[in-house]
Amino acid sequence: MTSTAPPAPAQPRPQRTANTLSTLRRREARAGYLFVLPFMIVFVAMLIVPLGYSGYLSVFREQLIGGTSFVGLENYARALSDATFTGGVARMALFLVMQVPIMLGLALLFALVLDSGRLRLQKFVRLAIFIPYAVPGVISALMWGYLYGPDFGPFAQLGEATGLGSPDFLSADFMLFSIMNIVTWGFIGYNMIIMYSALRSIPTEIYEAARVDGAGEVRIATAIKIPALRPALVLTTIFSVIGTFQLFNEPNILRTIAPNVIGNGYTPNLYAYNLAFVGQEVNYAAAIAFLLGFVIMVVSYIFQLTTSRKEATR
Amino acid sequence: MKPHPFRRTAAPVVASLSALALVACTGGSEDGSDSGNGGGETEAITAEQFEEAMSTPTELTFWSWVPDIQNQVDMFEEAYPEIDVDYVNVGQGAEHYQQMRTAIQAGSGAPDVAQVEYQHLASFRLGGDLLDLTPYLQEDLSAAYPDWVWSQVSADSGLWGIPQDTGPLGSLYRTDLFADAGIEVPTTWDEFAQAAADYREAMPDSYLTNMPGNDPGQFVGLLWQAGARPFAFDGAETVTIDLDSPEVLQVVEYWQGLIADDLVSVDPDFNDQWYQALANGKYASWQVAAWGPVFLQGTAGNTSGLWAASTLPQWEEGQNISGNWGGSTDAVLSSTDNPIAATELARWINVDEEPATAFAEEQFLFPPSLSILESEEFLAEESEFYGGQQVNATFAEISETVPTDDFGWLPFMDFAYSAYNETLGSAIADRGDLVAGLQAWEAELVEYAESQGFTVE
Repeated sequence: MTSTAPPAPAQPRPQRTANTLSTLRRREARAGYLFVLPFMIVFVAMLIVPLGYSGYLSVFREQLIGGTSFVGLENYARALSDATFTGGVARMALFLVMQVPIMLGLALLFALVLDSGRLRLQKFVRLAIFIPYAVPGVISALMWGYLYGPDFGPFAQLGEATGLGSPDFLSADFMLFSIMNIVTWGFIGYNMIIMYSALRSIPTEIYEAARVDGAGEVRIATAIKIPALRPALVLTTIFSVIGTFQLFNEPNILRTIAPNVIGNGYTPNLYAYNLAFVGQEVNYAAAIAFLLGFVIMVVSYIFQLTTSRKEATR
Repeated sequence: MKPHPFRRTAAPVVASLSALALVACTGGSEDGSDSGNGGGETEAITAEQFEEAMSTPTELTFWSWVPDIQNQVDMFEEAYPEIDVDYVNVGQGAEHYQQMRTAIQAGSGAPDVAQVEYQHLASFRLGGDLLDLTPYLQEDLSAAYPDWVWSQVSADSGLWGIPQDTGPLGSLYRTDLFADAGIEVPTTWDEFAQAAADYREAMPDSYLTNMPGNDPGQFVGLLWQAGARPFAFDGAETVTIDLDSPEVLQVVEYWQGLIADDLVSVDPDFNDQWYQALANGKYASWQVAAWGPVFLQGTAGNTSGLWAASTLPQWEEGQNISGNWGGSTDAVLSSTDNPIAATELARWINVDEEPATAFAEEQFLFPPSLSILESEEFLAEESEFYGGQQVNATFAEISETVPTDDFGWLPFMDFAYSAYNETLGSAIADRGDLVAGLQAWEAELVEYAESQGFTVE
C-alpha cells in the first residue's frame, strides 16, 4: 500500500569523504541485514517454503490406489469447474458485498461519534465496542450458536413467549446472515479502533479553522475527517476482504448445530480443509488453497485500483 | 465408543501446515509398508521369544481417547515392569485418525498401539499400516467373542485389532411419557410407526423419536439390522457399494414416511440443543447402541428413573435381530519396532480379567468378550436411572442377536460418512426426498472410489 510506505531515508551528511562513507554504508547495510535476518528466517521457513511446497503439491495427484502422478494443472482445471468451490467463492463474494459495508459503516460511525468528544463515558463506550474483538472467534461462535438455538435459545424462547415466533437462524436461508452477524459483532470494535486512532492523528488546528469558517460537526466529518481517513478505510477494507474469503472458524463451529446446512464446501477454506483431512485429497486441497489466494489477490487489487483511480480524478 | 462430536478449533493456517507435513514423506513411504498386508507367511512366535520381548526394557506409545484408560495402562505396566507405555490422547474420533494418518505419512511419530473403531480398520489396512496380530498371539481368541464381533476384526485371514467395546443397538424410552400418551412399547417397526402417530397426537410438542441427519453411524446400524450389507472391501483394490438393495430401500422408505408426516423430529444429534431436548422430553425414545444407557445418564440426569431399555423394533413379528453402532478395537501399527510387546498391550488390557472388567465396570464400555457378557456380576447390576432394570443384561441379550454374517466397510468411511451428511442426511434434515438423497450418496461414493483408483462392484 503506497500510503503506508516508510519516508525516504535522510540524506547523509555531506562532510564525510566518499571512502569512509561507503565503508560506513556497507557496515550499516550489513547491520541492517543482520537485524532483518531473524525475521527472514522465520518468514522463509514458515511462509515461503510451505507456499512453494503446496504449489508443488498442487500439480500432483495421489490416489489411495495407484500412488502419485504428475498431472500439471489438472487440479486447477477441476477446481474451476467444481460447483462446490465456485459456489463457496460466490457465497463469500455475497458475504463481502453485504457484510463488509455494514461493518465498516458502523465502525466509521462509532469512530466519528467517539472522536466528536460529545459523548459521556467515552472510555467505557470505546471499550464496550471493542470487547467483542477480545473474545476468541471460537468462543463467540459457540456463544452465538447457543443464542440462535431453535428450541432453547433465548431468541426462540422470547419469540415463543410473545407469540411472535422467531426466524430459524440456523436454516439454510438464514445461515449466511447469522454468520454475518457474528463476524460484524466481532470485528466492528477492531475496525473502529483503527479508524479512531487515524482520526486522533488529524491536527486539531484544521478543525478550528473549519469552525472559524462556520462548518458544523457534520460538515467537518464529511469534508475533513472522512477524506483524512482514506488510508485507514483502504486498510480495513483490504483486511476485511482477506478475512471474508478465509472464513473458517464460525461456519466450522456452527456445523455442529447445523450439520446439514453448512456442508463440506460452505466456505472455500472449509472445503480445502475437508478435502485434505476427510477425503485425503491433499493435492486437490493445495490447488484450492492456491486458487483462493489468487481470488483474494485479484479482489484486493481491483479494490485498490478503483480507490486510487478515484483519488487521481479528484 | 461413539466419537462424540468434537470441535475443531484449528485455524486454517495450522490446517494447511499440517497438510504439508502430512505429505512430506509420501514419496518414501511406499516401500516401507512391507510388514502389513500380505505378510501372512510370518511364523507364529514362540513362548521364548514372547518371554524375551516382555522382559526386555521397551517403550511403547499408545493413542486412545477412552476416558481414564491410564488405569489399564498402569495395570499393564505393573504386570510387565520392563515395558514402559507412553499413553497419549490426541483427540477423539476424526481428530485422532487425522493425527494417525499424519504420523503414518510422515514416517515418524506414529504410535505402536492405537484405538481404531471397527469401521475404520479397513482404511488403515489399505495402506498396509496395520499389523496382522495372528502370529504374535499365544492363543486363539476367536472363541472369546461373539462371532459377529470376531468377524469385524478378522478379515482376509488376518487379525487387525483386539475388540475393546461394541455397540449393539437397542431402544431406550421414557416410561412416563409412554404412559401419558397411552402407548405400548412397539415391538415391530409397523407398530412403531403407529405409535409415532399416536404419540404425536397425544403430545403435540414432542416426538416419539428423533432421526438426525448427521448420524450415519446410527443409520448404518439400522441398515445392519434390516439385513442390508451395503459395503465391502476385498483388502486390495475392489470395493462394493450397494445402496439400492431392497433392504436399504426398505429402511429409507420407512423413515421417509415418518419424516414426511412430521411424526419424528429431524434434529442433529450430539450438540447442546439435542442434549437439552433429551433432558426435556422432546424425544420419548432413542434407538441407540449399548454405550447409550450410560451416556444418557450423564446427559439427562434429571430424568433418572423414568427410562427403560428394550430391543429395537423388528421388521417382522417374532424376529429378534439387532445391528451395531460404534465400538472400538486396539490395533497395532505395522511401523512398530516391538510387535510382540505392542500386541501384548492391545491384548492384555482388553482380554486380561482385571483391566477388561474395569473397562466394563468403571469406564462403562460395553464389553465385547463373552466372559464378561456372561458373568453374573455384570448381568445382575441394577440401574437406578432405568428404574432398577438390569440394563446390562438387556444389552447382553441384544448383543447375541446381531447377525453373524460379515458386515463390511469401505476403506474410506471418513469420506463416506461426510458424504452422507451432504446427501441422505440433508434430505432427512430438510424433510425432503430420502430416496433421491440415498441415490446421491451412492453416486458420490462410487465417483470418489473410482477417482481414487478402486474397482467398484
